Amino acid sequence: MKNNILNIKNSMHANRRWALIAAYTSLIIFVIFFLFPPYYMLITSLKTNKEIAEMASNPWLIEQGVTLKHYIYLFTETPFLTFFKNTIIVTVCVVIITMIISVLAAYSLSRLKFWGSGVLATGIFLTYLVPETLLFIPLFKIVGWLGLLNSYWVLVLVYPTLSVPFCTWLMIGYFSSIPKEIDEAALIDGANHMQMLLKVFIPVAMPGLIAATIFAFTVSWAGFLYPLAFIYSESEMVLTVGTVTTLIKGDVFNWGSLMSGALLAAAPPVIIYAFLMDYYIAGLTSGATKG
Amino acid sequence: MQNSSVYLWLRQKPRIAFFMCLPLILMVVCLIIYPFIYSIFLSMLNKAETKFVGIGNYLFLFKRETFWLVVQQSIFFALVAVFFKALIGFIAAHSINTIPSKGQRKWRGMLLIPWVIPPALSTLGWWWLFEPTYSALNWFLVKISLPAIPWLSETFWARFSIILVNIWVGAPFFLIMYLAALKSIPQDLYEAASIDGANYRQKLYYITLPMMKNIISITILFSIIVTFANFDIVRVLTRGGPIDTTHLFATYAFRVGIESGDIPLGAAVSLFMFPILGILAFIILRNVRKRAMEV
Repeated sequence: MKNNILNIKNSMHANRRWALIAAYTSLIIFVIFFLFPPYYMLITSLKTNKEIAEMASNPWLIEQGVTLKHYIYLFTETPFLTFFKNTIIVTVCVVIITMIISVLAAYSLSRLKFWGSGVLATGIFLTYLVPETLLFIPLFKIVGWLGLLNSYWVLVLVYPTLSVPFCTWLMIGYFSSIPKEIDEAALIDGANHMQMLLKVFIPVAMPGLIAATIFAFTVSWAGFLYPLAFIYSESEMVLTVGTVTTLIKGDVFNWGSLMSGALLAAAPPVIIYAFLMDYYIAGLTSGATKG
Repeated sequence: MQNSSVYLWLRQKPRIAFFMCLPLILMVVCLIIYPFIYSIFLSMLNKAETKFVGIGNYLFLFKRETFWLVVQQSIFFALVAVFFKALIGFIAAHSINTIPSKGQRKWRGMLLIPWVIPPALSTLGWWWLFEPTYSALNWFLVKISLPAIPWLSETFWARFSIILVNIWVGAPFFLIMYLAALKSIPQDLYEAASIDGANYRQKLYYITLPMMKNIISITILFSIIVTFANFDIVRVLTRGGPIDTTHLFATYAFRVGIESGDIPLGAAVSLFMFPILGILAFIILRNVRKRAMEV
């Protein structure tokens, strides 16, 4: 009897060990698969042009010394800084607009009821499922009428259609989880809706607010189709499109600066995620797991 | 009692509630609903947008071989890519959940990097990896005595490449969703199963998968929408080539509508995505509602 239990225990230990070995093996394989392209981009951006062009040398290593030439070239000879500035302006505006629209609507939809508010909440969820690729052609015409074609302000107008639905949905979830006793207490103290929103709801739902902000930031920073379709002057371009289209000149691919441009353009989101990942993931998964 | 009187007070303020939603309503009406309706109208004009041609553009598309190619490719692309994203995401999430919790954050952080980089930019890195003369992937293949692969210039490999990059970009999203779902499964279920002598596979089939069924289906449906409507990857890697064999709805609509200047035809192409997206959205909504009821 005792032996039997010991056996089970031993086999459970062995099972656990095998599970761990399998887990680490698959994680190592996935890390290699997921990280070799960025690694290769980094390596390329630091190599001399001569080494990049050499067929014989190992492309996965830097053998002839590290250079920052490509980065310097990017800042001095290309409009890369303009792209950066434009992207920052667009992103800041989009985040502010998104947060104002979605926080107001989420407060209203989670606490106040009006005729049609239930339909509206469902409608918002549906608009979240509308991909940008469905509407870019009519929008091309519409922004043309508005005289916004070939200006980065067009992005400030259209990006919120991609960010607001999810942010509103997210904030409804966070606001609904605030106990109703809190607003009763605030109402009895004579707070109006604005005070309640600013002094109670926003501070309490701060994690949700951070998650929504990161989402709006991501949508705006990574957007590619709209700027590609609506903007064609270099002076108005944002990072994604600018890097992909203007850094490739003629037949000569300047791979080093292309990769350094892509990496620098990707750096702000990567840095933000490194610090705020937990908030974002909590927000993203709460929407799905809560229903 | 007090509860209801406060809510009565709240209900008397529908006007404020409506005004708080007004910016959202305006945005949805002007920039989503109106463009959608306008798109339907636009798709019924001739190329110069001077004449109403009814369903002429649609009939024209039906007769084009390229269009049917695009339909097949989009569906094939979405199904294959989503299948592998879901599989890789599940294995990775399960692996992270197995290792001691101390190291989980670190591994998760590393595995999320592809999802954090804007796809247009990471695809640029892949493009360089696939580059015909300098391809670092081919260098590796040749080193281990395999033939070099024409990554983007041959139909089979071009399709393979765009699916590969899409899996690379999208798998971490599944990882996050699955990991959250795995963490929400009560541990005592596993303990009880262990005491009953269940082995690893039985726990997976009888506890993990049933508990995650909902989240798996919602994530897959959502990912099918995003993958089906994908633009960035194909645009940067192949621009639809070789000879239109990697076009998706979005890239084909862009080619026809923006680059070739036939806006009505482009609108018709992208509208073809709508029925499929609509069905998927309907299923998702039903799932989400059902779950909300259960909670």
